[in-house]
Amino acid sequence: MSESNAKAPTGLFGRLLALPNDSVAKMLLVTIVLSLVCSVLVSSAAVLLKPMQERNVELARKARILEVAGLMEPGRPVEELFQGVETRLVELETGEFSDEHDPNTFDAQVAARNPEMGVAIPPWDDVAGISRRARYAQVYLVRDDAGALDMVILPVHGYGLWSTMYGFLALSGDGQEVRGLTFYQHAETPGLGGEIENPRWLARWEGRRVFGPEGEVRLQVVHGTVDPNSEWAEWSVDGLSGATLTADGVSNMVQYWLGEQGFGPFLTRLREEGI
Amino acid sequence: MSGTGKILIEPVIDRNPITLQVLGVCSALAVTTQMIPALIMGLALTFVIACSSAAISAIRNHMPGNIRIIIQMTIIASLVILVDQFLKAFAYDISRQLSVFVGLIITNCIVLGRAEAYASSNPVVPSVLDGIGHGLGYGLVLLVVAFMRELFGSGKLFGIEILPLVSEGGWYVPNGLMLLAPSAFFIIGLMIWAIRAWKPAQVEKPEYQIHVVHRTEVV
Repeated sequence: MSESNAKAPTGLFGRLLALPNDSVAKMLLVTIVLSLVCSVLVSSAAVLLKPMQERNVELARKARILEVAGLMEPGRPVEELFQGVETRLVELETGEFSDEHDPNTFDAQVAARNPEMGVAIPPWDDVAGISRRARYAQVYLVRDDAGALDMVILPVHGYGLWSTMYGFLALSGDGQEVRGLTFYQHAETPGLGGEIENPRWLARWEGRRVFGPEGEVRLQVVHGTVDPNSEWAEWSVDGLSGATLTADGVSNMVQYWLGEQGFGPFLTRLREEGI
Repeated sequence: MSGTGKILIEPVIDRNPITLQVLGVCSALAVTTQMIPALIMGLALTFVIACSSAAISAIRNHMPGNIRIIIQMTIIASLVILVDQFLKAFAYDISRQLSVFVGLIITNCIVLGRAEAYASSNPVVPSVLDGIGHGLGYGLVLLVVAFMRELFGSGKLFGIEILPLVSEGGWYVPNGLMLLAPSAFFIIGLMIWAIRAWKPAQVEKPEYQIHVVHRTEVV
């Protein structure tokens, strides 16, 4: 209190400051002033930095898509590389492209919770354990120099052992062959289920076939290692030892999203009509 | 050593918040698998303590005693949110690696400890120096632990390969334990031992001593 006692308090604020520290008025004054200062600081930082933060999230997502497509080149800006990728929105039920929403800002996680934009998945169909999905989904198309479709990248997610795993699955232009798989968000056990992020395991997906002769999804993760003589070897990926439930989750996720409930109709259209 | 210099330097080793005061160990376990996150975490904490000490010291004469902890926490929490927002905007990858631990600076006992023990009863300049000193002491321990963990756990330092790994065609078999949190406990324990062997003044007195009763002695 030495400073305020040194000279006579002047003005309303000075008189308030000179109040004893433990009086109710002083307590309210300090609390209100402090809260105002802090909230202005915090909210202005949040508002001013938001565009940059959103850009970062967007860039990280694009970088993941480029990685799974094998288009990532170190040293070149992500934005520039991503120009070669076309983002479209697909209505999952029909497999048709839709212009209902802007594909660049569509958020499937938010849409899934929305009663109009999402649908509940009946339990007998819900192999991926996600309970709801959006009616639309983004697909990312990569064309070769001649303009023919070279690759489609599909966002996928499904429940593992502890958490929902979010990733991207890249397929060849006819949707018949896996080009790559990556996960960008999950909370599986590090070192066991967390190995779904291991590049060496993910590399085993490349070149696997997706559909059987009847058009059914055969792509799966097996328990143990794939027997090269097995009839299903072309469609099978080695399991993760010590992470059976996570690996089953990945298998179910792929089955769901490539099946009739997921991107099935879109992939059928891709196979039959080409885009 | 001059008075101000002492305030700054003393917490780095002589009164280190982690090895002597044994505070802030939680985040020291969590963010020390690599050097870069450890460095950023050390800097973030130093910034938060310096600013919170300055702010708390500046209003110390007007701080109502019975709500002072709430006021201190409000200031600390606001600063931590600022740091978190800046990291998300300018160092997105690192903020993802640090994830929740930036937010947890709010509950880091070192920050509130300095606010309560020093800044609330000392002028601004010494309080800031005291805060920076404690931040540096914390950062130093983090960097030493991260150095051991990243070097022996993944054969790298600051992400640059030092010991080529067997899995990538080299000769070094990494120690997987170093990537898990318990290894930080071992390293911090060994550091405390080493520092106390070097500076016996830091050894705590035993809280009680077993009194040996001889048969001839009447208790």
